[in-house]
Amino acid sequence: MPGPSATTVRSAPCPEPAIAVSGLAKRFGRGWAVRELSFTVRRGGRVALLGANGAGKTTTIAMILGLLEPSRGSIRVLGAEMPGQRYRALARVNFSSPYVDLPARLTVRQNLAVYARLYGVRDPGARLRELAAELRLEPFLDRPTGRLSAGQKTRVMLAKALVNRPELLILDEPTASLDPDNADRLRSYLDRYAADSGATLFLASHNMAEVERLCDEVLLLKGGRLAARGRPAELVARFGRRDLEEVFLEIAREGTDGDG
Amino acid sequence: MAEPPAHRAVGASLGRIRAMMLRHLYLMTSSWPRVLELVYWPTVQITLWGFIALYLAGRGGGLAGLAAAFLSAVLLWDTFFRSQLGVSLSFMEEMWARNLGHLFVSPLRPFELVLSMFAMSLLRTLIGVGGAAMLAIPIHGFNVVAELGPPLALFFVNNLLFGWSLGLVVSALVLRLGLGAESLAWALVFLVQPVSAVYYPVAVLPEPLQWVAAVLPPAQVFEGMRGLLTEGVFDTARLARALLLNLGWMAVAGTVFVLLLRSARRLGLLLQVGE
Repeated sequence: MPGPSATTVRSAPCPEPAIAVSGLAKRFGRGWAVRELSFTVRRGGRVALLGANGAGKTTTIAMILGLLEPSRGSIRVLGAEMPGQRYRALARVNFSSPYVDLPARLTVRQNLAVYARLYGVRDPGARLRELAAELRLEPFLDRPTGRLSAGQKTRVMLAKALVNRPELLILDEPTASLDPDNADRLRSYLDRYAADSGATLFLASHNMAEVERLCDEVLLLKGGRLAARGRPAELVARFGRRDLEEVFLEIAREGTDGDG
Repeated sequence: MAEPPAHRAVGASLGRIRAMMLRHLYLMTSSWPRVLELVYWPTVQITLWGFIALYLAGRGGGLAGLAAAFLSAVLLWDTFFRSQLGVSLSFMEEMWARNLGHLFVSPLRPFELVLSMFAMSLLRTLIGVGGAAMLAIPIHGFNVVAELGPPLALFFVNNLLFGWSLGLVVSALVLRLGLGAESLAWALVFLVQPVSAVYYPVAVLPEPLQWVAAVLPPAQVFEGMRGLLTEGVFDTARLARALLLNLGWMAVAGTVFVLLLRSARRLGLLLQVGE
């Protein structure tokens, strides 16, 4: 996969963190999906949000993006209070998630053209050509998005997430449906994009090898609370385990009878 | 971060509205059955009602004016019906496509989304009703523009506006209740039809329903249309009342949309919608 265009992301004049979360909580009915969550992600940081299914990762991401209103607490994204001041930040943020899709009947080219315009990209055609080359989309640019394989669709979703050259890129399970070869190419691409542009990466993943490769910090959620936090190597050392996966399993299974 | 100058903000806003219209135009032109569907039902309606009206007119007794009233009513009713569907279907397309999550984390403002739905609704209505109106000329020898004259534009605009208001309410309800409630897009229109006095005067309705008709803009439109065709009188006060009622209904619909969108944001519905 060719390298991402380097001089793409606007510089960040604001010294505030990319994400600042304080006392965040979300209640659905009688249960709490997220409780008393506080953390910051520095500009240019690469942070992974880990946790078992139902730990509160997607809820947290939805609140950070302003899609979900918190029950308590505050969130600032690129200096803007969420969700109240979201339009000050949203043009500089983007995301992809398996929980949302692109219109299936529109071709890849049409979908990317629409989103380029929604994000106010100056030369949508040029940006589209750039993304098509970098993410190898050319063979299926004029195919309806609904007719793509899972791997092709993942690359298209990433292209949509990069269309505005975001300062903050939020990815939920970015390589979940990719084969090892494509997953490796995509991780290399994200690695270069973050390094070249100085963008902040915030991703939720169940793939520990991916997290160790891409991220310099890990937030581990359990039952909606922050159970552990640190650099991947630090966490491995602190828990006396061989790798991050073992740390994840220890925390996820702590206090459970092991049957899921 | 400094706010952009007003003219640049307006330009950006128009750009996002155009982007959403482009999205729906791509969809519309991607399949010929979709384009055909736009003109199919209005054409079936005008053909069927046209023959019924001609049959009645052929029986004499001053029914010729009634035939024109029937055909005009069919076209103006379809204006309301198509404009409502134009808004609610545009919104439901995003839900069917599971695209709302992407749209609501983009810089697109809810009012821009709504304006793009209104613009697409106008286009769909003009294609559908305009096609049927043109077809009525060779088939039935009926030209709605010649029959109603300039007031036609006011009748059209009033029914269009009320269709938009109802479409906005339907969209908000489907967002809040889920796609299981999508049949509301058709059901609510037909709930309004009997009290809109489309094919008969308001005086025919029982008194309590006449009170309901008094606050519905389409009832004012159809009464005004009949007055123009049968008595040659254009009641400007009635049309002004229809316009005021429309402004009121638009305010109500906008409030419902904003409140239910806020509720969807609180309940996490923007990420979970879709089939």
